[in-house]
Amino acid sequence: MKNDLVLRVVAKLFTPFVLLFALYVQFHGELGPGGGFQAGVIAAAAVILYAIVFGLPAARRLVPDAIVESLMAIGVLIYAGVGVAGLLLGGAYLDYFVLDRDPVHGQERGIFWVEVGVAVTVSSVMLKIFSMFASRGHDPDE
Amino acid sequence: MMAVLVVAVAVQRNLFSVVVLTGIYSFLMASVLVALDAVDVAMTEASVGAGISTVLLLGALYLVRADEAKPMHRPLLPLLVSIGVGAALVYGTLGLPAFSDPNAPIHTHVAPRYLNDALRETGVPNVVTAVLASYRGYDTLGETTVVFTAGAGVVALLRRRRRDGEGGK
Repeated sequence: MKNDLVLRVVAKLFTPFVLLFALYVQFHGELGPGGGFQAGVIAAAAVILYAIVFGLPAARRLVPDAIVESLMAIGVLIYAGVGVAGLLLGGAYLDYFVLDRDPVHGQERGIFWVEVGVAVTVSSVMLKIFSMFASRGHDPDE
Repeated sequence: MMAVLVVAVAVQRNLFSVVVLTGIYSFLMASVLVALDAVDVAMTEASVGAGISTVLLLGALYLVRADEAKPMHRPLLPLLVSIGVGAALVYGTLGLPAFSDPNAPIHTHVAPRYLNDALRETGVPNVVTAVLASYRGYDTLGETTVVFTAGAGVVALLRRRRRDGEGGK
């Protein structure tokens, strides 16, 4: 599909807006529908669209494999780290009330970082699964 | 309409059509969830069910033949089992409280507390997010770990096999 002009232009136009929409879903999730899981999937979909049109190697240059693989674990670590931060600040595990002097603000902060962790893990896992499937039966240097 | 799609998926032998039909099914499911006011779930269904799963299934389809092999024997026993399970589930729903009954246990247990206190306690207007990330934080941590484990499993399986293939050449 690399040589189709319409697809190339549309994909190039679409990718930044899809990524922007993912960020909107992520950070607006506290007010409207959405959250880390949906935002992660949408962000992964943006990169997958790019990979389908421009080929997997181009997408790998965009987001190198090593980064995707480490992000898979970093997301879970962010989530678990919020819990540990609550422990260190004198609360229970995943207790957000102690994250700030104002308990309500502490809740907001805890939820924000937890959602970030979910989004990071989900998007990188989806991307990784797609690229593992897509790279099989292919020459990697295609 | 969804029932027609399910029958079409079961009858269809061309796997490409099956993947497309399941994508349509997911979108219809998302519309049903919007109609039920479950916007968060609808969004997940549309992005995961109709979007990513379709892409992943197409990616898997690319590696295998596009036509389903004819079954070796008559599928009578599986058909009976699934009809039996379906009948048992329908029988189970008869015991549920009526739809939108305000006195149903689900509406009188923790839901009023979440709806009344979530904004005051967490400062997050979307109650779904508050429940997901705060009240049920452990569950969501577990879900994230499951997603991570699934990804790690796929990486472990597919990568080793590819290296073996290269070693054989």
